[in-house]
Amino acid sequence: MPPFAAETLLHDRDRRGVATDRAFRSVSVVAGFSVLALLGLILVSTTNAAWPAFSAQGLRFFTSTTWDVPKGEFGALAFAYGTLIVSVIALVLAVPVSIGISLYITEVAPPRLRKPVIYTIDLLATIPSVVYGLWGVRVFAPWIDPRYESIAGWFDSIPVLNTVFNGRPISGVSFMTAGIIVAIMITPIITSLTREVLTTVPSSLKQGAYAIGATRWEMIRGAVLPHSRGGITAAVMIGLGRAMGETIAVALVIGSSSVVSARLFNPGDAMAAVIANQFGESTGDYRAALIGLGVVLFFITFFINSLARVWITRGRRRAGIL
Amino acid sequence: MAITVGDLTRPRGNARSIRDAIATGLMATSVVLVMIPLVLVLTYVIERGSALFGWRFLTSDIPTTRSSGGGMGPAVAGTLLITGTATAISVPLGVMGGIYLNEYGRNSRPAVMLRVLTDVMTGVPSIVMGLFVYTFLVLRTQSLSGMAGALALAALMLPVVIRATEEMLRLVPDDLRFGSFALGSRRATTIWRVALPAALPGIISGALLAIARAAGETAPLLFVIGITSKPNWSLSGTNTALSVQIFRNATQPFEGAQQRAWAAALTLILIAFAFTILARLLSAALTRRSGAF
Repeated sequence: MPPFAAETLLHDRDRRGVATDRAFRSVSVVAGFSVLALLGLILVSTTNAAWPAFSAQGLRFFTSTTWDVPKGEFGALAFAYGTLIVSVIALVLAVPVSIGISLYITEVAPPRLRKPVIYTIDLLATIPSVVYGLWGVRVFAPWIDPRYESIAGWFDSIPVLNTVFNGRPISGVSFMTAGIIVAIMITPIITSLTREVLTTVPSSLKQGAYAIGATRWEMIRGAVLPHSRGGITAAVMIGLGRAMGETIAVALVIGSSSVVSARLFNPGDAMAAVIANQFGESTGDYRAALIGLGVVLFFITFFINSLARVWITRGRRRAGIL
Repeated sequence: MAITVGDLTRPRGNARSIRDAIATGLMATSVVLVMIPLVLVLTYVIERGSALFGWRFLTSDIPTTRSSGGGMGPAVAGTLLITGTATAISVPLGVMGGIYLNEYGRNSRPAVMLRVLTDVMTGVPSIVMGLFVYTFLVLRTQSLSGMAGALALAALMLPVVIRATEEMLRLVPDDLRFGSFALGSRRATTIWRVALPAALPGIISGALLAIARAAGETAPLLFVIGITSKPNWSLSGTNTALSVQIFRNATQPFEGAQQRAWAAALTLILIAFAFTILARLLSAALTRRSGAF
């Protein structure tokens, strides 16, 4: 090949160019895979540290509600129960409100109101967990404490409900208080994910519904919601993952009592909260058991989030985005 | 009776339109409902926090739990140092990771998997990051430090920065890249000199939001940084942070400790809001400029 002038001119710089190009690519690949490496490290490192507790307790770790530190018995079931209860309360409160807000933003609000509403909801997510906890334990719990008694009064004669809406909170801290605070905290994430799903509904579907004479609500029920069902389910699951992992606020307002009770106004405890509250005073197997709670939490949230994210990715691909 | 078009498009007074009005009302109510806790939390934090808040509070040493007054100087220092270090670690790594996903990986199998994993990692509870750094670093080195806290926060910020970078790079039109290639630039030059600058405001905005969230985190720091009552601007040696101080003081029965908790909460919210507003201003500037794309 005859040497072109330009090529000879560029020759020296070009070698360096190739090397830089390759180096840049390698660095970016390594950075991209760092997430995978990090997740692997988290899994190995925490499981390894929790192993003494897992092997000493065996299945009891998952099936026993006895958490007796002096006796060295560590059953996490009561805490898992608390985590579940708090998350369910939070979802029951947060999901309808989040869907309502998302529908309001995408279908009802005049365009100039949309951004302000979105920003305001996002501000809720900016307030740190510990500030919700402080407000929860110092302001909200004392305020709601006497009200729990009157609420229990309303359900007094209704079977089942008179057990659920009952209990003795300690100066306002209880499963219910924790559930309400967590509901406030997970509303922004569920809202923003739901909103994203709602905006992918094709306008031809909506216009079609209007064309056959549907009201806005009928259009939402007939066109928007059925089309978004999968995406909203995924958003709810991600909200569930957040609720289960919520630590500091729950640690402050749940009451730290390892009792399994169906009475929502009773104090209880949850996995993440137990770690935060007891880690400082723990040693040896006790500490390993607390790390074990973290491992269980990691597995559950990882599973829930993977399911939801795969779901969302599939939905996006179907909607033609990505 | 002749039916006018108005009657058809806007049924009034019948069951259907009433149901429609109720549904619309409920949607608007949910917006109002969620504003209530926001307003309440902010009012209480500002009202109770401002009693002690001020320059002296931000700079004085932390007194004993029982005494009143005093400050949170060491916690302010710790929060700034730890969050700053976490940013210095996670932002370069995250931006490079985002570059991989959008510029090299795109829709290849590993990239699709990593994208899902990155999203999943944003959902890993922050306390797990704390436990990870505790078992991985603190147990090995047998020392609590600001550096350990910074690593835990960096692990939390990393997936957020990666995804923000990727999303912003995706908005950069391929025409710009083609133009650069046509001038003979290599891939790295095209990304570094053309794609990245175009996406930069958005990336910075995403990073600022990640910082705002990280600055308020308590759970990852709780058992990896230890405690101190004198400011420690070094990454080694025990440290403290505003969030951890609020957590410790929240349930103290002493009036002084609670006052410090509220003032620390006010400080933390001001920091978080400042970064959020900065991020918003940046993305607003980006939207205004996006006509160029």
